[in-house]
Amino acid sequence: MLLIDLANPSRFLAFANRAILWLAGLTVLAFAFGINQTVIAPDDYQQGATVKIMFLHVPGAWLGMLGWGVMTIAALGTLVWRHPLADVTAKAAAPIGAAFTLMCLVTGSLWGRPMWGTYWVWDARLTSVLVLFLLYLGVIAVWRTVEDPSRAARAAAILTLVGAVDLPIIKFSVEWWNTLHQGASVLRLGGPTIDRSILVPLLIMSAAFTLLFVTLLLAAMRNEILRRRVRSLRLMQASAVS
Amino acid sequence: MAALEAINHIGFIAAAYAAAIIVVGALVAWVMLDYRAQRRTLADLERAGVSRRSASAQGARTAAEQAREDA
Repeated sequence: MLLIDLANPSRFLAFANRAILWLAGLTVLAFAFGINQTVIAPDDYQQGATVKIMFLHVPGAWLGMLGWGVMTIAALGTLVWRHPLADVTAKAAAPIGAAFTLMCLVTGSLWGRPMWGTYWVWDARLTSVLVLFLLYLGVIAVWRTVEDPSRAARAAAILTLVGAVDLPIIKFSVEWWNTLHQGASVLRLGGPTIDRSILVPLLIMSAAFTLLFVTLLLAAMRNEILRRRVRSLRLMQASAVS
Repeated sequence: MAALEAINHIGFIAAAYAAAIIVVGALVAWVMLDYRAQRRTLADLERAGVSRRSASAQGARTAAEQAREDA
């Protein structure tokens, strides 16, 4: 199936109905394997058992940023190419990205207390991720308050493109500023600095959470297309009555 | 010493996993309940005699027309 075929919402729905089932199955398998690897992973020599929080915290951070990346591409689709599914993608991705960013903040806070002695510190990495979460809430608020979907899409797209500035700030905050948060240890020049016994479960859990993200995104996009059908039918019903 | 440290930290680890389960569970529930709600509303509208023009002439419509209607 060509990508352009999916621009037709009816064809997209047919594709999503099939893909969601397969992706959900793959997600369950990936989580079963990932949780197994998490349980048997050894404790870190410095952080002890708390390293197991990393298997949630890092995927949460990755997907929080991926969500905004998806929304940024969708925003370009809305403003530049006016792709029919761009608005749908952007609206569907916002709550999912927000939820994973919240997961990152909460698990990071619970990891920070035993390791740093505090739940929160206003350093560059933590603050820039909090800003990302607040940006997500702003976009969701725009979608919920502007009644006309096409106007809401344009306003949300502009906010999304402005907010995309936060992504490199999050990534490079630990290099640009002196932070309590550790530096990059997976995606870095020279390769990961994490021992293989901990890196493998981390990558498997990241893959499982990414599959979950894609499954949820497709399902939320399907819901949004149905919601727009409901809206257009109600408008037809209202115009028939009047 | 290591065992004592692990016991001290078990609460933080359990709380982190509980938080992740709540977030993922809430997302899955939101998507599934929303899907059921939209399907039910569409069915109600169709029972009330409101249907999309495209439903009767699905094959004759272009992708662009269908997309505009859905958007």
